[in-house]
Order: sequence, then structure tokens, then C-alpha cells
Amino acid sequence: MLKGRAFKFNDNISTDHITPGRLAHLRSNLPELAKHVLEDADPTFASRVKTGDFIVGGSNFGLGSSREHAPLVIKMAGVSAILAKSVARIFFRNAINLGLPVLICDTALIDDGDELKVDLAAGTIKDITNGNQLAFGKIPEVMLHILDEGGLIPYIKKYGDFRP
Amino acid sequence: MGKTLAEKLLSQKSGDDTRSESIVVAEVDLVFAQDTTGPLTVRHFQASGFKHLANSQKTALFLDHAAPSPNYGLSNDHVFLRHFAQQTGCLISQIGEGVCHQIVVESLAKPGDVIVGADSHTVTAGGLGAFATGMGSTDVAIAFGLGKTWFRVPESIKVAVSGNFPEGVYAKDLILHLIGQIGADGATYKALEFSGDTIDNMSMSQRFTIANMAVEAGAKVGLFTADKTTQDYLTVQGRGNHYQSIFPDADATYERTINISASSLEPTVSKPHTVDNTTPARELKGTKIQQVFIGTCTNGRLEDLAIAANILRGRKCHPETRLIIAPVSRQVLLAAITAGYIRTLIEAEAIILPPGCGACLGLHQGVLANGEACLSTANRNFKGRMGSPEAFIYLGSPATAAATAITGEITDPREVI
Repeated sequence: MLKGRAFKFNDNISTDHITPGRLAHLRSNLPELAKHVLEDADPTFASRVKTGDFIVGGSNFGLGSSREHAPLVIKMAGVSAILAKSVARIFFRNAINLGLPVLICDTALIDDGDELKVDLAAGTIKDITNGNQLAFGKIPEVMLHILDEGGLIPYIKKYGDFRP
Repeated sequence: MGKTLAEKLLSQKSGDDTRSESIVVAEVDLVFAQDTTGPLTVRHFQASGFKHLANSQKTALFLDHAAPSPNYGLSNDHVFLRHFAQQTGCLISQIGEGVCHQIVVESLAKPGDVIVGADSHTVTAGGLGAFATGMGSTDVAIAFGLGKTWFRVPESIKVAVSGNFPEGVYAKDLILHLIGQIGADGATYKALEFSGDTIDNMSMSQRFTIANMAVEAGAKVGLFTADKTTQDYLTVQGRGNHYQSIFPDADATYERTINISASSLEPTVSKPHTVDNTTPARELKGTKIQQVFIGTCTNGRLEDLAIAANILRGRKCHPETRLIIAPVSRQVLLAAITAGYIRTLIEAEAIILPPGCGACLGLHQGVLANGEACLSTANRNFKGRMGSPEAFIYLGSPATAAATAITGEITDPREVI
């Protein structure tokens, strides 16, 4: 069971909002890069987010670059899952590969600052603040196996290959 | 029942008779990373316990995003990547050779290939009939080690384009129009497959422009039939033996078909801050532009420089507008010098940069200030992309860019040609 506060974002949050190219020189200094997470969408996010909190996006979350640093600095900030109406393809794979769940649901029913409880196994999200109960879309099986192992690196270390 | 191009390509490489929505594991013909995604890729490769690359001659690193490096953090990353290349024997493209996606199509990719790269614009090689797609550092690190990766076979959207472009209208206007029509997530997880007489008659350079931007509609790949034009291109590149004909079956099943009449298109611009925020260039007349940028894996090829040079010949940039040009590769830069385009552009007071990506992603060489506006031939106009998050980025064709450089405001190129 995951528990935390919702940080709400607009539609089309790009990888440039999360970790822009102007900070490319910090990509081999991840703790420093992580201080700037989502800076161009909300400059106060990095200082306010606490371990366990949720990012609640709109549609097409994470569009743009393949830079895995984007989900990586979100994970480093302590975010336990990303909730969105829809998510861009590369970002989705990257997040799952890092063991960061991305849950597709109707995020219009969640307000900024709401307390959320997420049951990954049951596929449910409870908004404690407004009482709404949401279901999230099924994560494809191949990605669920990767998520279960905590990401693609531990998965490959365990199995040595993709399990079809 | 026939197969789409995406189904055919992934069936060939996976050995499965596969259809959309299936999951397949396919061998990769090329796997690569560049200098801003490569260091994390190498670290993940090492953390996964791999000692050797699956195939060093099918693995490549490109030093192109920070070329030459603007600061020592990135210089250290370059040293790290060069050292990895020395240790493993993988291919490495050095500073000055050009943007990874251009080097891939000039020298490495062939029709029928499956290619994964740690860069979203890996889709460019779809112009050659390769299943080429961007992935993150972990996926690419595992493909470095195993020589394969998993794919969900995408549903395909057929984009059928017919007729001739009016004067001043190019492939860039077509792809911006399409993204404006279907939205920045209009093809998420799907393949875009381009066909029709307009596409058949299109140069490889323009096909690459379109394939390159497939990802801006969310697509996994942007695919083109490999035909005589593809064969001729490969022959000119000294790789005629890499050609094979690849085309979708006539009875393939598409999720939907989008028909576009090329003759109805006009010069198109994406307004800040999303690529699907499109409008005709003429409607933005009066929008002051401080920087025009011509280059990138989208529109930095010889044809693009020729279009710009032909518009700018004997003219000068507007005094309050700087024109920055980055030819996409050394091969393109040399050809542009030989053709006289570079001289023409410099006489028009353009600034010529070495081949590379820098300005496109706000890394260096053309970083925008607060409140500045740029008309760029690149593929993205996200907030903060080219420097200040308070800057504004408009996307257009090389012709629109050249016209805008002359007038200092967004200009429909038909006004100056």
C-alpha cells in the first residue's frame, strides 16, 4: 500500500519541464540534478515533495526526450508513483524500468494536495481527502514482471534474459 | 490477411509471425546512445553485470549533443564514453561528425533493420524502412548486453498523401500539419506509415524530416516503404548493397487512414509550447523573432541549406534577428561548402556552427534569453527547451526560417520568394 500527498500538474508535462537540456552537464551528478526536478513546471516542487508522495499529471505525461534522467530524478525525489490520464511511450517504459509505477486513471477526480492511498495489487486508488475511489488501467503483463522485480536491471540480473 | 510495414519488420527480426498488440523479442541491428544519455547507459550496462557487448560492431556512441563540449562536466562525460568505446571496441562518432540520427542514415541503417537508440529521434531511420525507435538508458544498456529487446507490435495508422506541394510548402509543413490535426498524443504507442504519390515522389531528405517528427505525435515509429529513391540514396552513400525492398501488404489492416491533400497545405508553424499548436505562418505576421535557427536532425540537411541559401542569396538578415545555422553532419557541411551555400549564408550574415545538436536542446550555442522568441527548424518547442523557460519557440520549415530571418518577424516564405 502506497500513501502520500498529490502534487497536481497540467497536461503535456514534457521531459524538458522535468529535467531540461540546459542542465545536461549535471546528468553525471544525479543528486545535484535531482534538486531541479520539475523546476520549469513548479519551481517549489523539489523543496515540498516528501517520500511517498504522488505526481498527478494530466494527459501525455512525460512527452519528449528519451532521457531516463526524467523519471530517475522523480524517483530520487521520493515519489512513489505517477498517476496520469495518459503517458508518453518512452517515459512509460523508462519509469517501469526504474521500478517507478505509472498508473493510468482519471486524474480530474484528484485535487492538488489530496491525501491518496494506492493499492497496486488491487488496482485501486483511494482519495482520502474527497472520498473518491478510482481504478487504474492494467499495466501490461510484460511490464508488470519488470515492475515486480523492482526494475529491468534487477530483472535481467535475476533471469539473464527476457522471459517471453 | 496481409501485414503492415510494422508487422512485417518485427516479424522478420523476431522470427514470429506476429501481429499488432503481440509482444515480441527481436534482435537489434544497431543499438546506440549519445553523449547526454550514454553515460547513464554505460553505468546501467555495468550495473547489470555485463562484461562484453553482444556485438561491438552493432553498438555505437555519438558525441553530438555537446559538440564541442561547453563545460567540464560534459567534457568528463566525453572522456568516459571514449574510454568505454576503447575498452569494448564499439563504434564511436567523434565531435564534428554530426548528429547521431544523420550519421545513422548516412552510414549505418538499412531497410529491414531494427534499431534502438537512447534518443527519441531515433525514429528518423524509419525514412529508410527501418523499425527504428527511441528508448531510455536502461533498455539500451540491456540491448548493449543482450543484442535484443522486447517490443509491443504497434497498431499502424496509414497516412496517405496525394498531390503536389504548392510553392513554399515542404515536408516539414506536412508533418506539422499532421501533428496539429491528430495532436501530440494522436499516435501514442502506434506506428505512422506514410504512403501516396506525394511520398513516392519525395526525396530521402524530406522523408527523414517526416520520420524524425513521428515521435512528436507520440508514435513509436514513422515508417516509409523502401523504394527506388531509397536504393539511389544508399548507392550515393556507397551502400547500394544494403538495399532491400520493403513495403506493406496491400490487404494490411490499419487502425485508421488519414488522407491529406498536399496541394491544400500551406507554410505551417507550431506556436509555443507544444508541437501540435499549429497555425498557418501568415497568421503570425508581426510576431518579432530575435533568433532563427536552421539545423538539427529534422531540417539540417543539404536540401534544407539549399532552400535557405536560395531565399537569402543577395539579402541580409534583419538587424535585430540573428540567424544560426548548424549543418547536421560533416558530410552535409562539406557538400554545402562545395555548392556555395555556406558562402551565401555567411554573406547574408548567418552564423555557422559545427555539426551537432547544441542549440536545439538549449545546451549551448544559441541559448535563448527571458522573453526572446526563436523560429527554429527543429522538432520541439517545449517550454524551456532552448534555454530560458521564459522564452518562446516557434517551429517551421527552412523556407519559413529564411524568410523570417530577412524580415525579423514570422513570415510566410511566399512573401519573399
